Amino acid sequence: MNEAIIDTLKLEYTNIKSVNEKVLLFKDSGKRRRTIEQLFFMMFKVAAMINGLALIVIVSYLVINGYQSISFEFLIEAPKESMTKGGIFPCILGTLYLSCGAIIFALPIGIASAIYINEYAVQSRFLNFIRLGINTLAGVPSIVFGLFGLAFFCIVLKMGVSIIAGSLTLGIMSLPVIISATEEALKSVPDTYREASLGLGATKWQTIYKVVLPTALPGILTGTILALSRAAGETAPIMFTGAVFFTQTLPTSIFDEVMALPYHIYVLATAGINIELTRPLQYGSALVLLIMVLGMNLVAIIYRSKLRRK
Amino acid sequence: MNDFFKLTASDVDFYYGDFKALKNVSLNFIEKEVMALIGPSGCGKSTFLRCINRMNDLISGTRVDGSIVLDNVDIYNDRIDVVNLRKKVGMVFQKPNPFPKSIFENVAYGLRVNGIRDKNAIAGMVEKSLIQAALFDEVKDRLKDSALGLSGGQQQRLCIARALAVEPEILLMDEPASALDPIATQKIEELIHQLKKDYTIIIVTHNMQQAARVSDKTAFFYMGELVEVNKTDTLFTKPEKIQTEEYITGRFG
Repeated sequence: MNEAIIDTLKLEYTNIKSVNEKVLLFKDSGKRRRTIEQLFFMMFKVAAMINGLALIVIVSYLVINGYQSISFEFLIEAPKESMTKGGIFPCILGTLYLSCGAIIFALPIGIASAIYINEYAVQSRFLNFIRLGINTLAGVPSIVFGLFGLAFFCIVLKMGVSIIAGSLTLGIMSLPVIISATEEALKSVPDTYREASLGLGATKWQTIYKVVLPTALPGILTGTILALSRAAGETAPIMFTGAVFFTQTLPTSIFDEVMALPYHIYVLATAGINIELTRPLQYGSALVLLIMVLGMNLVAIIYRSKLRRK
Repeated sequence: MNDFFKLTASDVDFYYGDFKALKNVSLNFIEKEVMALIGPSGCGKSTFLRCINRMNDLISGTRVDGSIVLDNVDIYNDRIDVVNLRKKVGMVFQKPNPFPKSIFENVAYGLRVNGIRDKNAIAGMVEKSLIQAALFDEVKDRLKDSALGLSGGQQQRLCIARALAVEPEILLMDEPASALDPIATQKIEELIHQLKKDYTIIIVTHNMQQAARVSDKTAFFYMGELVEVNKTDTLFTKPEKIQTEEYITGRFG
Protein backbone atom coordinates (compact mmCIF):
# COMPACT_ATOMS: atom_id res chain seq x y z
CA MET A 1 0.00 0.00 0.00
CA ASN A 2 2.63 2.46 1.11
CA GLU A 3 4.91 1.46 -1.72
CA ALA A 4 2.13 2.14 -4.17
CA ILE A 5 1.74 5.66 -2.80
CA ILE A 6 5.46 6.25 -3.00
CA ASP A 7 5.47 5.02 -6.58
CA THR A 8 2.69 7.45 -7.49
CA LEU A 9 4.55 10.29 -5.83
CA LYS A 10 7.71 9.39 -7.72
CA LEU A 11 5.84 9.33 -10.95
CA GLU A 12 4.29 12.71 -10.24
CA TYR A 13 7.68 14.12 -9.35
CA THR A 14 9.13 12.99 -12.66
CA ASN A 15 6.16 14.46 -14.45
CA ILE A 16 6.59 17.80 -12.74
CA LYS A 17 10.31 17.74 -13.48
CA SER A 18 9.77 17.01 -17.14
CA VAL A 19 7.13 19.72 -17.39
CA ASN A 20 9.53 22.18 -15.80
CA GLU A 21 12.19 21.22 -18.29
CA LYS A 22 9.77 21.66 -21.13
CA VAL A 23 8.87 25.12 -19.85
CA LEU A 24 12.54 25.97 -19.84
CA LEU A 25 12.98 24.52 -23.31
CA PHE A 26 10.10 26.54 -24.76
CA LYS A 27 10.89 29.77 -23.02
CA ASP A 28 10.31 31.66 -26.27
CA SER A 29 6.74 30.44 -26.57
CA GLY A 30 5.88 32.11 -23.25
CA LYS A 31 7.36 35.34 -24.49
CA ARG A 32 5.40 35.11 -27.72
CA ARG A 33 2.16 34.53 -25.83
CA ARG A 34 2.81 37.55 -23.69
CA THR A 35 3.42 39.64 -26.77
CA ILE A 36 0.15 38.51 -28.36
CA GLU A 37 -1.62 39.17 -25.08
CA GLN A 38 -0.28 42.70 -24.97
CA LEU A 39 -1.02 43.27 -28.62
CA PHE A 40 -4.69 42.43 -28.15
CA PHE A 41 -4.89 44.46 -24.98
CA MET A 42 -3.48 47.45 -26.86
CA MET A 43 -5.91 46.93 -29.75
CA PHE A 44 -8.91 47.05 -27.43
CA LYS A 45 -7.49 50.03 -25.57
CA VAL A 46 -6.93 51.94 -28.82
CA ALA A 47 -10.47 51.12 -29.95
CA ALA A 48 -11.80 52.54 -26.71
CA MET A 49 -9.56 55.59 -26.97
CA ILE A 50 -10.83 56.42 -30.46
CA ASN A 51 -14.17 57.38 -28.92
CA GLY A 52 -12.71 59.90 -26.56
CA LEU A 53 -10.28 61.10 -29.19
CA ALA A 54 -13.03 61.69 -31.75
CA LEU A 55 -14.90 63.89 -29.29
CA ILE A 56 -11.75 65.81 -28.36
CA VAL A 57 -10.82 66.37 -32.02
CA ILE A 58 -14.31 67.53 -33.01
CA VAL A 59 -14.68 69.82 -30.02
CA SER A 60 -11.22 71.34 -30.30
CA TYR A 61 -11.56 71.82 -34.06
CA LEU A 62 -14.82 73.67 -33.55
CA VAL A 63 -13.45 75.69 -30.64
CA ILE A 64 -10.32 76.73 -32.55
CA ASN A 65 -12.29 77.76 -35.63
CA GLY A 66 -15.39 79.08 -33.98
CA TYR A 67 -14.46 80.82 -30.76
CA GLN A 68 -13.73 84.22 -32.39
CA SER A 69 -17.26 84.34 -33.78
CA ILE A 70 -18.87 83.83 -30.41
CA SER A 71 -19.69 86.99 -28.60
CA PHE A 72 -22.62 88.29 -26.64
CA GLU A 73 -23.95 89.98 -29.80
CA PHE A 74 -23.62 86.73 -31.73
CA LEU A 75 -25.91 85.03 -29.23
CA ILE A 76 -28.58 87.73 -28.98
CA GLU A 77 -28.71 89.28 -32.48
CA ALA A 78 -30.48 88.20 -35.63
CA PRO A 79 -28.54 87.40 -38.81
CA LYS A 80 -27.82 90.48 -40.93
CA GLU A 81 -26.89 91.32 -44.52
CA SER A 82 -28.18 88.15 -46.13
CA MET A 83 -26.92 86.06 -43.24
CA THR A 84 -23.28 87.02 -43.80
CA LYS A 85 -23.13 88.98 -40.56
CA GLY A 86 -24.97 89.26 -37.28
CA GLY A 87 -25.94 86.62 -34.77
CA ILE A 88 -27.93 83.45 -34.42
CA PHE A 89 -30.45 84.30 -31.74
CA PRO A 90 -33.54 83.30 -33.79
CA CYS A 91 -31.90 79.94 -34.52
CA ILE A 92 -31.16 79.20 -30.85
CA LEU A 93 -34.71 80.17 -29.93
CA GLY A 94 -36.15 78.09 -32.77
CA THR A 95 -34.15 75.03 -31.78
CA LEU A 96 -35.31 75.40 -28.18
CA TYR A 97 -38.95 75.73 -29.28
CA LEU A 98 -38.76 72.75 -31.62
CA SER A 99 -37.02 70.39 -29.23
CA CYS A 100 -39.11 71.39 -26.21
CA GLY A 101 -42.25 71.02 -28.32
CA ALA A 102 -41.05 67.57 -29.38
CA ILE A 103 -40.61 66.51 -25.74
CA ILE A 104 -43.97 67.93 -24.63
CA PHE A 105 -45.55 65.75 -27.28
CA ALA A 106 -43.32 62.67 -27.04
CA LEU A 107 -42.82 62.38 -23.28
CA PRO A 108 -46.39 61.56 -22.21
CA ILE A 109 -46.97 59.21 -25.15
CA GLY A 110 -43.58 57.57 -24.70
CA ILE A 111 -43.97 57.02 -20.95
CA ALA A 112 -47.56 55.83 -21.35
CA SER A 113 -46.52 53.35 -24.05
CA ALA A 114 -43.68 52.03 -21.94
CA ILE A 115 -45.98 51.63 -18.93
CA TYR A 116 -48.46 49.73 -21.05
CA ILE A 117 -45.80 47.45 -22.52
CA ASN A 118 -43.95 46.80 -19.28
CA GLU A 119 -46.68 46.84 -16.63
CA TYR A 120 -49.97 45.90 -18.24
CA ALA A 121 -49.49 44.03 -21.50
CA VAL A 122 -49.25 40.25 -21.56
CA GLN A 123 -47.45 38.41 -24.34
CA SER A 124 -49.77 38.59 -27.34
CA ARG A 125 -49.86 39.31 -31.03
CA PHE A 126 -50.94 42.85 -30.29
CA LEU A 127 -47.86 43.39 -28.11
CA ASN A 128 -45.59 41.93 -30.78
CA PHE A 129 -47.15 44.32 -33.29
CA ILE A 130 -46.50 47.30 -30.99
CA ARG A 131 -42.90 46.22 -30.42
CA LEU A 132 -42.37 45.78 -34.13
CA GLY A 133 -43.72 49.29 -34.62
CA ILE A 134 -41.36 50.80 -32.07
CA ASN A 135 -38.32 48.97 -33.43
CA THR A 136 -39.17 49.98 -36.97
CA LEU A 137 -39.70 53.56 -35.90
CA ALA A 138 -36.23 53.53 -34.35
CA GLY A 139 -34.70 52.40 -37.62
CA VAL A 140 -36.44 54.84 -39.98
CA PRO A 141 -33.97 57.38 -41.46
CA SER A 142 -34.57 60.90 -40.22
CA ILE A 143 -35.17 62.30 -43.72
CA VAL A 144 -38.14 59.94 -44.04
CA PHE A 145 -39.60 61.47 -40.88
CA GLY A 146 -39.08 64.86 -42.48
CA LEU A 147 -40.97 63.87 -45.61
CA PHE A 148 -43.71 62.21 -43.58
CA GLY A 149 -44.06 65.33 -41.45
CA LEU A 150 -44.32 67.47 -44.58
CA ALA A 151 -46.92 65.23 -46.16
CA PHE A 152 -49.00 64.59 -43.05
CA PHE A 153 -48.70 67.44 -40.57
CA CYS A 154 -47.94 70.33 -42.97
CA ILE A 155 -50.20 69.36 -45.86
CA VAL A 156 -52.91 66.90 -44.74
CA LEU A 157 -53.46 68.51 -41.32
CA LYS A 158 -52.84 71.95 -42.85
CA MET A 159 -50.33 73.02 -40.19
CA GLY A 160 -47.95 74.42 -42.79
CA VAL A 161 -44.29 74.84 -41.98
CA SER A 162 -44.60 75.63 -38.30
CA ILE A 163 -43.25 74.99 -34.82
CA ILE A 164 -46.05 72.52 -34.17
CA ALA A 165 -45.48 70.50 -37.34
CA GLY A 166 -41.71 70.43 -36.71
CA SER A 167 -42.19 69.51 -33.05
CA LEU A 168 -44.58 66.69 -33.87
CA THR A 169 -42.17 65.30 -36.47
CA LEU A 170 -39.21 65.49 -34.08
CA GLY A 171 -41.41 64.04 -31.35
CA ILE A 172 -42.34 60.94 -33.35
CA MET A 173 -38.67 60.47 -34.09
CA SER A 174 -37.81 60.70 -30.38
CA LEU A 175 -40.52 58.25 -29.30
CA PRO A 176 -38.49 55.02 -29.61
CA VAL A 177 -35.63 56.50 -27.58
CA ILE A 178 -37.96 57.64 -24.82
CA ILE A 179 -39.89 54.37 -24.82
CA SER A 180 -36.81 52.18 -24.55
CA ALA A 181 -35.25 54.39 -21.86
CA THR A 182 -38.49 54.31 -19.87
CA GLU A 183 -38.86 50.55 -20.33
CA GLU A 184 -35.33 49.99 -19.04
CA ALA A 185 -36.03 52.24 -16.06
CA LEU A 186 -39.29 50.41 -15.28
CA LYS A 187 -37.60 47.03 -15.56
CA SER A 188 -34.99 48.10 -13.02
CA VAL A 189 -37.70 48.64 -10.38
CA PRO A 190 -37.69 45.45 -8.26
CA ASP A 191 -40.87 43.35 -8.41
CA THR A 192 -40.85 43.21 -4.61
CA TYR A 193 -41.95 46.88 -4.60
CA ARG A 194 -44.91 46.02 -6.80
CA GLU A 195 -45.84 43.02 -4.63
CA ALA A 196 -45.54 45.04 -1.43
CA SER A 197 -47.77 47.76 -2.79
CA LEU A 198 -50.41 45.40 -4.18
CA GLY A 199 -50.27 43.43 -0.93
CA LEU A 200 -51.35 46.57 0.94
CA GLY A 201 -54.50 46.88 -1.09
CA ALA A 202 -53.21 49.35 -3.66
CA THR A 203 -54.60 49.10 -7.17
CA LYS A 204 -52.29 48.49 -10.07
CA TRP A 205 -52.44 52.13 -11.14
CA GLN A 206 -51.74 53.35 -7.58
CA THR A 207 -48.76 50.99 -7.50
CA ILE A 208 -47.43 52.36 -10.77
CA TYR A 209 -48.11 55.99 -9.93
CA LYS A 210 -46.91 56.01 -6.32
CA VAL A 211 -44.13 53.45 -6.27
CA VAL A 212 -42.95 52.33 -9.69
CA LEU A 213 -42.79 55.67 -11.50
CA PRO A 214 -41.05 57.63 -8.70
CA THR A 215 -38.45 54.87 -8.45
CA ALA A 216 -37.94 54.81 -12.21
CA LEU A 217 -37.92 58.59 -12.59
CA PRO A 218 -34.13 59.19 -12.73
CA GLY A 219 -33.78 56.71 -15.58
CA ILE A 220 -36.79 58.11 -17.43
CA LEU A 221 -35.59 61.71 -17.16
CA THR A 222 -32.07 60.85 -18.23
CA GLY A 223 -33.40 59.05 -21.29
CA THR A 224 -35.66 61.98 -22.04
CA ILE A 225 -32.89 64.55 -21.85
CA LEU A 226 -30.74 62.41 -24.14
CA ALA A 227 -33.65 62.17 -26.58
CA LEU A 228 -34.11 65.93 -26.33
CA SER A 229 -30.47 66.58 -27.11
CA ARG A 230 -30.63 64.30 -30.11
CA ALA A 231 -33.77 65.99 -31.34
CA ALA A 232 -32.14 69.40 -30.93
CA GLY A 233 -29.34 68.46 -33.29
CA GLU A 234 -31.46 66.96 -36.08
CA THR A 235 -31.74 68.72 -39.43
CA ALA A 236 -33.60 66.40 -41.75
CA PRO A 237 -36.88 66.07 -39.83
CA ILE A 238 -37.30 69.85 -39.47
CA MET A 239 -36.05 71.16 -42.80
CA PHE A 240 -39.43 70.63 -44.48
CA THR A 241 -41.67 70.87 -41.47
CA GLY A 242 -40.62 73.58 -39.05
CA ALA A 243 -37.43 75.35 -39.95
CA VAL A 244 -36.95 77.89 -42.71
CA PHE A 245 -33.98 79.32 -44.53
CA PHE A 246 -34.49 82.76 -43.14
CA THR A 247 -37.21 84.69 -41.41
CA GLN A 248 -37.14 88.24 -40.18
CA THR A 249 -39.62 87.84 -37.37
CA LEU A 250 -39.42 85.82 -34.23
CA PRO A 251 -42.27 83.33 -33.85
CA THR A 252 -45.35 84.58 -32.00
CA SER A 253 -47.40 81.38 -32.10
CA ILE A 254 -46.89 77.64 -32.53
CA PHE A 255 -48.11 78.00 -36.11
CA ASP A 256 -45.18 80.24 -37.06
CA GLU A 257 -42.13 79.00 -38.83
CA VAL A 258 -38.73 79.36 -37.17
CA MET A 259 -35.04 79.30 -37.91
CA ALA A 260 -33.15 76.45 -36.24
CA LEU A 261 -29.47 75.96 -35.50
CA PRO A 262 -28.75 72.70 -37.35
CA TYR A 263 -30.61 73.86 -40.43
CA HIS A 264 -28.93 77.28 -40.24
CA ILE A 265 -25.51 75.61 -40.27
CA TYR A 266 -26.56 73.46 -43.20
CA VAL A 267 -27.83 76.48 -45.11
CA LEU A 268 -24.75 78.61 -44.43
CA ALA A 269 -22.42 75.78 -45.40
CA THR A 270 -24.17 74.72 -48.61
CA ALA A 271 -26.50 77.37 -49.90
CA GLY A 272 -25.43 80.69 -48.43
CA ILE A 273 -24.72 83.84 -50.41
CA ASN A 274 -21.02 83.58 -49.67
CA ILE A 275 -20.03 80.26 -48.22
CA GLU A 276 -16.35 81.05 -47.73
CA LEU A 277 -17.02 84.39 -46.07
CA THR A 278 -19.42 82.91 -43.56
CA ARG A 279 -17.09 80.08 -42.45
CA PRO A 280 -16.51 81.68 -39.01
CA LEU A 281 -20.28 82.03 -38.57
CA GLN A 282 -20.72 78.36 -39.48
CA TYR A 283 -18.12 77.26 -36.96
CA GLY A 284 -19.57 79.56 -34.33
CA SER A 285 -23.09 78.21 -34.86
CA ALA A 286 -21.84 74.64 -34.81
CA LEU A 287 -19.99 75.34 -31.58
CA VAL A 288 -23.10 76.81 -29.98
CA LEU A 289 -25.17 73.78 -31.04
CA LEU A 290 -22.55 71.42 -29.69
CA ILE A 291 -22.41 73.26 -26.38
CA MET A 292 -26.20 73.12 -26.11
CA VAL A 293 -26.26 69.37 -26.77
CA LEU A 294 -23.29 68.55 -24.53
CA GLY A 295 -24.77 70.80 -21.85
CA MET A 296 -28.03 68.84 -21.91
CA ASN A 297 -26.14 65.55 -21.69
CA LEU A 298 -24.14 66.92 -18.78
CA VAL A 299 -27.33 67.94 -17.00
CA ALA A 300 -28.66 64.40 -17.53
CA ILE A 301 -25.51 62.84 -16.11
CA ILE A 302 -25.35 65.13 -13.08
CA TYR A 303 -29.05 64.75 -12.40
CA ARG A 304 -28.88 60.98 -12.60
CA SER A 305 -25.93 60.66 -10.26
CA LYS A 306 -27.60 63.06 -7.84
CA LEU A 307 -30.80 61.03 -7.73
CA ARG A 308 -28.88 57.78 -7.48
CA ARG A 309 -27.01 59.01 -4.46
CA LYS A 310 -30.28 59.81 -2.67
CA MET B 1 -69.90 24.62 10.49
CA ASN B 2 -67.67 27.01 8.60
CA ASP B 3 -68.52 29.71 11.11
CA PHE B 4 -66.03 28.17 13.43
CA PHE B 5 -63.11 28.86 11.10
CA LYS B 6 -61.76 32.21 10.03
CA LEU B 7 -60.40 30.76 6.82
CA THR B 8 -61.13 27.49 5.10
CA ALA B 9 -59.26 26.07 2.14
CA SER B 10 -61.01 23.13 0.48
CA ASP B 11 -59.52 20.88 -2.19
CA VAL B 12 -57.19 23.56 -3.50
CA ASP B 13 -55.28 22.64 -6.65
CA PHE B 14 -52.81 25.07 -8.10
CA TYR B 15 -51.14 25.02 -11.50
CA TYR B 16 -48.16 26.90 -12.90
CA GLY B 17 -48.93 26.17 -16.54
CA ASP B 18 -48.99 22.36 -16.70
CA PHE B 19 -47.17 21.89 -13.41
CA LYS B 20 -49.46 21.05 -10.52
CA ALA B 21 -47.91 22.78 -7.51
CA LEU B 22 -50.70 22.10 -5.01
CA LYS B 23 -52.71 18.90 -4.88
CA ASN B 24 -56.02 18.80 -3.12
CA VAL B 25 -55.01 20.90 -0.14
CA SER B 26 -57.65 21.37 2.53
CA LEU B 27 -56.75 23.36 5.61
CA ASN B 28 -58.70 25.30 8.22
CA PHE B 29 -57.55 28.31 10.20
CA ILE B 30 -58.95 29.43 13.54
CA GLU B 31 -59.07 33.12 14.35
CA LYS B 32 -56.13 34.51 16.33
CA GLU B 33 -54.05 31.41 16.01
CA VAL B 34 -50.62 31.09 14.47
CA MET B 35 -50.34 28.41 11.82
CA ALA B 36 -46.88 27.50 10.59
CA LEU B 37 -46.44 25.96 7.15
CA ILE B 38 -43.31 23.82 6.93
CA GLY B 39 -41.80 21.52 4.34
CA PRO B 40 -38.82 21.20 2.02
CA SER B 41 -38.16 23.75 -0.76
CA GLY B 42 -40.65 23.51 -3.60
CA CYS B 43 -43.26 21.69 -1.50
CA GLY B 44 -45.91 24.34 -2.24
CA LYS B 45 -46.11 26.05 1.13
CA SER B 46 -45.31 29.51 -0.25
CA THR B 47 -47.59 28.92 -3.23
CA PHE B 48 -50.40 28.08 -0.84
CA LEU B 49 -49.68 31.19 1.23
CA ARG B 50 -49.80 33.36 -1.88
CA CYS B 51 -53.16 31.84 -2.84
CA ILE B 52 -54.69 33.33 0.30
CA ASN B 53 -54.23 36.95 -0.82
CA ARG B 54 -54.34 36.00 -4.50
CA MET B 55 -50.79 37.22 -5.01
CA ASN B 56 -50.39 34.38 -7.51
CA ASP B 57 -52.79 36.23 -9.80
CA LEU B 58 -49.79 38.35 -10.79
CA ILE B 59 -48.05 35.37 -12.38
CA SER B 60 -49.46 34.66 -15.82
CA GLY B 61 -50.36 31.09 -16.71
CA THR B 62 -51.46 30.09 -13.22
CA ARG B 63 -54.78 28.52 -12.25
CA VAL B 64 -56.54 27.69 -8.98
CA ASP B 65 -59.21 25.02 -8.45
CA GLY B 66 -61.13 24.37 -5.27
CA SER B 67 -62.18 27.08 -2.86
CA ILE B 68 -60.71 29.33 -0.22
CA VAL B 69 -63.37 30.82 2.01
CA LEU B 70 -62.66 33.81 4.22
CA ASP B 71 -65.43 34.88 6.61
CA ASN B 72 -67.91 32.79 4.57
CA VAL B 73 -66.94 34.43 1.28
CA ASP B 74 -65.15 32.51 -1.45
CA ILE B 75 -62.18 34.71 -2.31
CA TYR B 76 -61.93 33.23 -5.80
CA ASN B 77 -65.49 34.28 -6.52
CA ASP B 78 -65.63 36.44 -9.67
CA ARG B 79 -67.30 39.27 -7.84
CA ILE B 80 -64.64 39.57 -5.17
CA ASP B 81 -62.55 42.76 -5.22
CA VAL B 82 -58.94 41.60 -4.99
CA VAL B 83 -57.90 45.03 -3.71
CA ASN B 84 -60.24 44.72 -0.72
CA LEU B 85 -59.14 41.15 -0.13
CA ARG B 86 -55.50 42.22 0.11
CA LYS B 87 -56.47 44.94 2.55
CA LYS B 88 -58.01 42.29 4.75
CA VAL B 89 -55.15 39.82 4.26
CA GLY B 90 -51.81 41.55 4.82
CA MET B 91 -48.51 40.09 3.73
CA VAL B 92 -44.90 40.24 4.88
CA PHE B 93 -42.33 39.02 2.40
CA GLN B 94 -39.19 36.97 2.63
CA LYS B 95 -36.81 39.83 1.96
CA PRO B 96 -37.53 43.13 3.70
CA ASN B 97 -38.91 45.31 0.90
CA PRO B 98 -39.55 48.82 2.20
CA PHE B 99 -40.30 51.42 -0.49
CA PRO B 100 -37.56 53.95 -1.23
CA LYS B 101 -39.50 56.49 0.79
CA SER B 102 -39.29 57.83 4.34
CA ILE B 103 -40.07 55.58 7.31
CA PHE B 104 -43.30 57.52 7.90
CA GLU B 105 -44.38 57.34 4.26
CA ASN B 106 -43.77 53.59 4.15
CA VAL B 107 -46.28 53.00 6.93
CA ALA B 108 -48.66 55.68 5.67
CA TYR B 109 -48.65 54.22 2.16
CA GLY B 110 -51.37 51.63 2.74
CA LEU B 111 -53.58 54.25 4.38
CA ARG B 112 -53.14 56.74 1.58
CA VAL B 113 -53.87 54.25 -1.20
CA ASN B 114 -57.00 53.26 0.69
CA GLY B 115 -58.23 56.81 0.54
CA ILE B 116 -57.47 58.14 4.02
CA ARG B 117 -56.66 61.85 3.73
CA ASP B 118 -56.90 63.10 7.33
CA LYS B 119 -53.33 63.93 8.35
CA ASN B 120 -53.89 63.46 12.07
CA ALA B 121 -55.56 60.12 11.53
CA ILE B 122 -52.65 58.99 9.36
CA ALA B 123 -50.05 60.16 11.88
CA GLY B 124 -51.92 58.36 14.67
CA MET B 125 -52.16 55.13 12.70
CA VAL B 126 -48.49 55.29 11.71
CA GLU B 127 -47.45 55.67 15.33
CA LYS B 128 -49.78 52.91 16.47
CA SER B 129 -48.52 50.52 13.82
CA LEU B 130 -44.87 51.26 14.58
CA ILE B 131 -45.53 50.64 18.27
CA GLN B 132 -47.31 47.37 17.43
CA ALA B 133 -44.34 46.32 15.33
CA ALA B 134 -41.97 47.14 18.22
CA LEU B 135 -40.10 49.63 16.09
CA PHE B 136 -41.37 52.99 17.29
CA ASP B 137 -38.74 53.65 19.97
CA GLU B 138 -35.95 53.00 17.52
CA VAL B 139 -37.21 55.31 14.80
CA LYS B 140 -39.39 57.97 16.47
CA ASP B 141 -36.74 60.67 16.02
CA ARG B 142 -36.12 59.97 12.36
CA LEU B 143 -39.49 59.21 10.82
CA LYS B 144 -38.60 61.46 7.88
CA ASP B 145 -35.39 59.58 7.07
CA SER B 146 -35.26 57.07 4.27
CA ALA B 147 -36.39 53.57 5.21
CA LEU B 148 -33.47 52.18 3.24
CA GLY B 149 -31.11 53.42 5.94
CA LEU B 150 -32.53 51.00 8.51
CA SER B 151 -30.92 47.65 9.32
CA GLY B 152 -32.38 44.50 7.78
CA GLY B 153 -34.23 43.55 10.95
CA GLN B 154 -35.61 47.07 11.37
CA GLN B 155 -36.67 47.08 7.73
CA GLN B 156 -38.58 43.84 8.23
CA ARG B 157 -40.35 45.21 11.31
CA LEU B 158 -41.12 48.32 9.25
CA CYS B 159 -42.70 46.07 6.63
CA ILE B 160 -44.76 44.44 9.39
CA ALA B 161 -45.82 47.90 10.63
CA ARG B 162 -46.71 48.82 7.05
CA ALA B 163 -48.88 45.72 6.76
CA LEU B 164 -50.53 46.35 10.17
CA ALA B 165 -51.40 49.95 9.33
CA VAL B 166 -54.22 48.95 6.98
CA GLU B 167 -55.71 46.87 9.82
CA PRO B 168 -55.76 43.45 8.20
CA GLU B 169 -57.42 40.50 9.90
CA ILE B 170 -55.01 37.89 8.62
CA LEU B 171 -51.26 38.33 8.36
CA LEU B 172 -49.36 36.16 5.89
CA MET B 173 -45.63 35.87 6.56
CA ASP B 174 -43.44 34.28 3.92
CA GLU B 175 -40.24 33.25 5.70
CA PRO B 176 -40.09 36.67 7.37
CA ALA B 177 -36.84 36.02 9.20
CA SER B 178 -34.88 34.03 6.65
CA ALA B 179 -32.82 37.04 5.56
CA LEU B 180 -32.12 38.22 9.13
CA ASP B 181 -29.48 37.55 11.77
CA PRO B 182 -30.39 35.61 14.96
CA ILE B 183 -31.05 38.68 17.10
CA ALA B 184 -33.32 40.27 14.52
CA THR B 185 -35.01 36.90 14.08
CA GLN B 186 -35.67 36.70 17.80
CA LYS B 187 -37.28 40.14 17.74
CA ILE B 188 -39.55 39.09 14.87
CA GLU B 189 -40.55 35.95 16.78
CA GLU B 190 -41.35 37.94 19.92
CA LEU B 191 -43.38 40.23 17.74
CA ILE B 192 -45.38 37.31 16.36
CA HIS B 193 -46.25 36.33 19.93
CA GLN B 194 -47.57 39.83 20.53
CA LEU B 195 -49.45 40.04 17.27
CA LYS B 196 -51.39 36.82 17.62
CA LYS B 197 -53.53 38.49 20.26
CA ASP B 198 -55.11 40.52 17.47
CA TYR B 199 -54.41 38.74 14.23
CA THR B 200 -54.70 35.37 12.56
CA ILE B 201 -51.17 34.62 11.43
CA ILE B 202 -50.01 32.17 8.80
CA ILE B 203 -46.24 31.84 8.61
CA VAL B 204 -44.13 29.91 6.12
CA THR B 205 -40.78 28.91 7.54
CA HIS B 206 -37.82 26.72 6.73
CA ASN B 207 -36.73 26.79 10.30
CA MET B 208 -38.45 24.06 12.34
CA GLN B 209 -37.35 25.47 15.67
CA GLN B 210 -38.97 28.70 14.62
CA ALA B 211 -42.20 26.91 13.75
CA ALA B 212 -42.08 25.16 17.11
CA ARG B 213 -41.45 28.44 18.94
CA VAL B 214 -44.04 30.69 17.33
CA SER B 215 -46.98 28.61 16.16
CA ASP B 216 -50.05 27.02 17.70
CA LYS B 217 -50.52 24.66 14.82
CA THR B 218 -48.19 23.36 12.16
CA ALA B 219 -48.95 22.02 8.70
CA PHE B 220 -46.39 19.89 6.89
CA PHE B 221 -46.35 20.11 3.10
CA TYR B 222 -44.54 17.70 0.82
CA MET B 223 -44.56 17.60 -3.00
CA GLY B 224 -47.57 19.87 -3.24
CA GLU B 225 -49.63 17.87 -0.78
CA LEU B 226 -50.64 18.61 2.75
CA VAL B 227 -49.23 15.61 4.60
CA GLU B 228 -50.22 16.40 8.15
CA VAL B 229 -51.60 19.19 10.27
CA ASN B 230 -51.82 19.22 14.02
CA LYS B 231 -51.14 21.17 17.16
CA THR B 232 -47.50 22.18 16.96
CA ASP B 233 -46.51 20.27 20.11
CA THR B 234 -48.16 17.10 18.86
CA LEU B 235 -46.78 17.36 15.34
CA PHE B 236 -43.22 17.74 16.55
CA THR B 237 -43.41 15.10 19.31
CA LYS B 238 -45.83 12.52 17.94
CA PRO B 239 -46.07 12.91 14.17
CA GLU B 240 -48.62 10.55 12.65
CA LYS B 241 -47.10 10.19 9.21
CA ILE B 242 -43.73 8.68 8.46
CA GLN B 243 -42.82 11.53 6.03
CA THR B 244 -43.43 14.12 8.73
CA GLU B 245 -41.26 12.25 11.14
CA GLU B 246 -38.47 11.90 8.62
CA TYR B 247 -38.60 15.60 7.80
CA ILE B 248 -38.68 16.92 11.36
CA THR B 249 -35.91 14.59 12.43
CA GLY B 250 -33.80 15.90 9.56
CA ARG B 251 -33.62 12.76 7.45
CA PHE B 252 -34.50 14.69 4.30
CA GLY B 253 -35.37 18.18 3.13
